[in-house]
Amino acid sequence: MSTEITGASSLVKSLEAAGVDVMFGIPGGAILPAYDPIYDSKIRHILVRHEQGAGHAATGYAQATGRTGVCIATSGPGATNLVTPLADAQMDSVPLVAITGQVPSAAIGTDAFQEADIRGVTMPITKHNYLITDPADIPRAIAEAFHIANTGRPGPVLVDIAKDALQKMTNFKYPKNIQLAGYKPQLKPNDQAIRDAAALIAQSSKPVLYVGGGIIKANASKELLRLAELIGAPVVTTLMARGAFPDSHALHLGMPGMHGTVAAVTALQKSDLLITLGARFDDRVTGKLSTFAVHAKVIHADIDPAEIGKNRFADVAVIGDLAQTIAALIPAVQAEFKKSPPDLTPWLRQMNSLKATYPLGYNHPEDGSVSPQYVIERLGAIAGPDSIYVAGVGQHQMWASQFVKYEKPRTWLNSGGLGTMGYAVPAAMGAKVGMPDTTVWAIDGDGCFQMTNQELVTCALNNIPIKVAIINNESLGMVRQWQTMFYESRYSNTSLDSKRIPDFVKLADAMGCVGLRCDRTEDVDSVIHEAMSINDQPVVVDFSVFRDAMVWPMVAAGASNDDIMIARGLAPDWDSQEL
Amino acid sequence: MSQHTLAVLVENSPGVLARVASLFSRRAYNIDSLAVGPTENPDISRMTIVLNLDGHVLDQVMAQLYKLVNVIAISEMPLASTVHRELLLVKVSDKKSSEIHAVVEKFHATIVDETEGVITVEATGETSHIAKLLAALTPFGIKELVQSGLVALERGSAALSDRTLSAQGISTLHELGTQADYQN
Repeated sequence: MSTEITGASSLVKSLEAAGVDVMFGIPGGAILPAYDPIYDSKIRHILVRHEQGAGHAATGYAQATGRTGVCIATSGPGATNLVTPLADAQMDSVPLVAITGQVPSAAIGTDAFQEADIRGVTMPITKHNYLITDPADIPRAIAEAFHIANTGRPGPVLVDIAKDALQKMTNFKYPKNIQLAGYKPQLKPNDQAIRDAAALIAQSSKPVLYVGGGIIKANASKELLRLAELIGAPVVTTLMARGAFPDSHALHLGMPGMHGTVAAVTALQKSDLLITLGARFDDRVTGKLSTFAVHAKVIHADIDPAEIGKNRFADVAVIGDLAQTIAALIPAVQAEFKKSPPDLTPWLRQMNSLKATYPLGYNHPEDGSVSPQYVIERLGAIAGPDSIYVAGVGQHQMWASQFVKYEKPRTWLNSGGLGTMGYAVPAAMGAKVGMPDTTVWAIDGDGCFQMTNQELVTCALNNIPIKVAIINNESLGMVRQWQTMFYESRYSNTSLDSKRIPDFVKLADAMGCVGLRCDRTEDVDSVIHEAMSINDQPVVVDFSVFRDAMVWPMVAAGASNDDIMIARGLAPDWDSQEL
Repeated sequence: MSQHTLAVLVENSPGVLARVASLFSRRAYNIDSLAVGPTENPDISRMTIVLNLDGHVLDQVMAQLYKLVNVIAISEMPLASTVHRELLLVKVSDKKSSEIHAVVEKFHATIVDETEGVITVEATGETSHIAKLLAALTPFGIKELVQSGLVALERGSAALSDRTLSAQGISTLHELGTQADYQN
């Protein structure tokens, strides 16, 4: 005979039963009943300064640990402030559970104070969502939410709970088994598909492993390494997959796409077989789709059947968990290779030639100012491959994807799909909470930083000592680069004047962080070392950098990958390459 | 572009119609008609959706629909193996009453109301049959009409609801008919 408890207590007990150890949130009227049992719970609740920060922190936590991130907010504006992080998590397949309070069920639909139909609002940007008005439904909804968020293709799930459902008395019973008639992710790959894929691999003379973020979601990096070395094929890792395959590996050609390496972009273009693993043929990778990898057959392995054929026809589709898929593929490929071992020597020679001829690079500015690429390169070298790097969105993000060398999965966090400026600081906070013994560097732009820096207060007050490198070019740099290239250098509304206002060092100080400044190339290393030595407080370094640095290589939006430029007006010298 | 009819079994839960409608809107799939109603199982509703699109887009629509947690089973309903029906209610002026009665008889339709100078005709049939009836009635002056949207059911013993059994959830996925379709 169980005793009755409030719906709010049932919610907190459900979260505990789901294994939640931390959540990020802000209380308010409709969610207030839940905050009373939270006060007594063993779950750590981190009081953020803006709900968007709660959402991105939950994402950073999830991306760094692989566990489901949890955020909590009140109704109306609290809930709508979660919209951006939810859309972000949906695009990047991040397991997230968002709990929101809703106005009392009798008031739903009356335009009550702080009422917003957050279930309706978030339908297209969540994997699934719930509106709960009966306290008896709370444990089941929470259990289902965690199950849906972190199985199959991960994604965000929102549970909106009416205030009266939190207040009413109910019996707590957490479901042991979850049966969802319409949700059965297929984990085991089909045998015939594996055989067909292996046959295509054995026939290919120009294969490329096109690796996406799904490899990291599936914790399949070890399997990927074995497969790549077995086939001996070059590997490209997308923006979401940086770290899935070691940058130091001889087979790694770098990142493909709009700002990818010449070798990675060209490998896809010239390939006769794309071995696509947890990637989705995003427009930033394919460029103009009709000219993308026109000679290539496609093996598309993904856990989400809806990705098959969405943008690019798949000759062989393998639906399933990537770790299981690759594990099944390895013996199948070995069997094929026994019959006829492939000779990839000419292909690898071509790709290695491109890799050697067109490495990523940059020039130090002629005016003596600091190169932003240099700052990021040194940061990666000094903090090393065991640190976690979290970027905002823009030029600094691309440079951080290019010039930090990643060796391990879950060490590179960014907003790849939605492209959310302001992601870095709160996501770094969440990553640090999940991985407290790991150094976490946010690499942020001066524009991005000004969108969400208030979470540094949360970090300072809650002993979350992240480090932030502001790559301060006093501009919305990527937009400025496009204005330079496509709008005759007419810099409409991209100048932020952030070398003048705000004073980031004083701002950091005001928020309880250590603020450092660096505006000379020769000081970059020592300032990074100084920041690395501070571990009891968040650190913010304002790196004042060259304003007109550009991200290269570049494939212009809508252009063909064949038209990749390595600098302004400069294409690779294709005639000198054996392709 | 060609017309395709999908039967979709969904959980009878609040917001499920909005989820389906939101998906079609978000991905820019045009719906020609949509009919939804209860089934033999009170927990499950059935939608019949008529779409005009290319075959490979249809695969994508079905895969995207299947991603909705509340969607249990999907099947295409080809005309050859399924029964298609629409319901029409139409009001026509009764000035030429006897001629209208003749048309109604010819099309196996029914007169369900005759008042205040208006005849209300009810008809069920395939889309083409309904279209022909409407064409025949148009000269008499159509005052108002309403159509149900198409509903469709497989001929013979096959039943979409058989696939709601949990053990068959995965095989349903394979019946989506995607480009590389494999059976476990």
